[in-house]
Amino acid sequence: MIRLEKRPQPSKVWTYTTPILAVLLTMVFGGIMFGLIGTSPFEAIRTIFWDPLFHPQFSGFSRPQLLVKAGPLILIAIGLSIGFRAGIWNIGAEGQYIIGAIVGAGVGLALYPMESALILPLMIVAGALGGWAWAMIPALLKVRFGTNEILVSLMLVYVAENLLASVSSGILRNPEGMGFPGSRNLAQWSSSQNLELIPGTGMHLGVLTAFIAVILAYVLLTRHIQGFNIRLSGEAPRAARFAGVSPARTVLFCLGLAGVLAGMAGLFEVTGPAGQITIDFGSGYGFTAIIVAFLGRLHPVGILLAGLLMALTYIGGELAQLMLGVPGASIQLFQGMLLFFLLGVDVLTNYRVRFGKGEVAA
Amino acid sequence: MDLSNINPVLLVASLMVSATPILLAAIGEMVVEKSGVLNLGVEGMMITGAVIGFIVAINTGAPLLGFAIAAVAGAILSLSFGVLTQVFLSNQVATGLGLTLVGLGLSSLLGKPYEGMKAETLPKLDIPLLSDLPVLGRMIFSHDIMVYLSLLLVLAVWAFLKFTRAGLILRAVGESHDSAHALGYKVIRVRIAAIMFGGACAGLGGAYLSLVRVPQWTEGMTAGAGWIALAIVVFASWRAGRVLVGAYLFGGITVLQLNLQAAGMTWGVQYLSMSPYLITILVLVFISSNRKRGSHDAPASLGQTFHATR
Repeated sequence: MIRLEKRPQPSKVWTYTTPILAVLLTMVFGGIMFGLIGTSPFEAIRTIFWDPLFHPQFSGFSRPQLLVKAGPLILIAIGLSIGFRAGIWNIGAEGQYIIGAIVGAGVGLALYPMESALILPLMIVAGALGGWAWAMIPALLKVRFGTNEILVSLMLVYVAENLLASVSSGILRNPEGMGFPGSRNLAQWSSSQNLELIPGTGMHLGVLTAFIAVILAYVLLTRHIQGFNIRLSGEAPRAARFAGVSPARTVLFCLGLAGVLAGMAGLFEVTGPAGQITIDFGSGYGFTAIIVAFLGRLHPVGILLAGLLMALTYIGGELAQLMLGVPGASIQLFQGMLLFFLLGVDVLTNYRVRFGKGEVAA
Repeated sequence: MDLSNINPVLLVASLMVSATPILLAAIGEMVVEKSGVLNLGVEGMMITGAVIGFIVAINTGAPLLGFAIAAVAGAILSLSFGVLTQVFLSNQVATGLGLTLVGLGLSSLLGKPYEGMKAETLPKLDIPLLSDLPVLGRMIFSHDIMVYLSLLLVLAVWAFLKFTRAGLILRAVGESHDSAHALGYKVIRVRIAAIMFGGACAGLGGAYLSLVRVPQWTEGMTAGAGWIALAIVVFASWRAGRVLVGAYLFGGITVLQLNLQAAGMTWGVQYLSMSPYLITILVLVFISSNRKRGSHDAPASLGQTFHATR
């Protein structure tokens, strides 16, 4: 007979080992999946996890991509994790990311072709505000009417995607683009471009912001009363209310912060790696960031590492598509499996597994 | 724009078709939530049902078999959620999201070779005599069998929860798992059964999308239908009859906006396409603002992890 016994405190050892265990399990079952679709499992796993970093031919290109992909994932996941800590389930980061990009790019394009060093900072602020405003919709509805933030924030993703389709073939369309949908290329306009700060590393302003966000989130959660209140609201909502923590303010703060970070991530993406507003520029970072947040144990440093790992699966996945011809969707499944296994093995952190007959209850 | 092109008879007929996938998924999810489990993976189970149903129908030429296997696939996928949340005691919200991500990935992997193909669809079932009625006949009484099955399912769920002992146990588990456990009911077994029923319903709903409503397979074709089903359960205050009303209202909005697009309303197609989602939000706001005055309708143990201490 196997029983689970709740630990008085989450296990320190398992907190650190469960993510690694989950990655290993994903490699095993992902390998089986690749085997089933007719690819050599070992080759597939090597192509995804090893080749992007160390392959003599490809690593030169793919190493900088690691930071390019990890930047937005980390930035969004940091914002989400703070909400998740407080029990606020913002799963509409994809929408906040898209709206941030649209608003930021819109402000920039309104000033085109002016040249000024102030334009990019202005666009960043506008992008942050755009994401914030989009996140305020579920936040205010939750505070005012008690509406479920999960459903509202998710519905707003579909609204944002339709808005994106509308503006990229409408108001933001490049007038010199010969009628093709898509905005002017922001990465080629010197006032708005967000280029690599150190050539050859992939380090652009967004990645730098992500690193700063990691540090600030760490300080917030461990050293600041607001961070304490957030953790308290998540772990013991009743205690938090008795301690005078306003649930409404927590909701507004957490969703607002997530919106700001996701909006900035969108703006950095559209002025840098993506370059322009197009129908499909979204690319699902907002959803993958949810996996990153959990894989990183909702801890800023963990999220930093998880973001890098998830970026690796993106790049390795692209490489595996190119080299081995595996379908792109298998990578998506691979990432989903990772989250599943992580949630499964997490039981070891909070519960002790007991074998044998149950003892007499004391 | 020419509104006279919109035929009210066809509008109601297509409303029923367009509401059926959401109705199936929502009635299943309602049973799951009644047992105290919040499964946010409806979207993932639906799209898996859509792809499995389509593949089976293409390969066997039997759409009904497609529906059956889709239901089984949905139930198996939901079992993974059940094991994780009930046995491994994982967080239901996170696991449900994971289920959606897994389902989306799995379905596009399986469906890749089948894109652009056309499966045999269900035949229209003309109910004798009734389908010959002048207007109502074409409107309501000449649909395929799944439309009527979904209506029967709503009725069955309502009767099950209201009149049977098993339904009472399921509701007890959802209201207070500790009390139900103390009375000797198997909380985990009841919940896993409910989760699998929900998965099977979501699978059926997905298969209806790919086999009747659209009818073909495209990646990500559910486009939020699973999430809307979740919203409809809230809208319905966890009551079977209101799930039906909610799903048909929503189907009506979807069909109306498609008809407006087809009637030549060229301006802002995207704004029409986003309207179902916006209306869902408005409805949620309306329901939750009303709830403040009235009683709380949600099952009391909804979304909580059950761990028997002894």
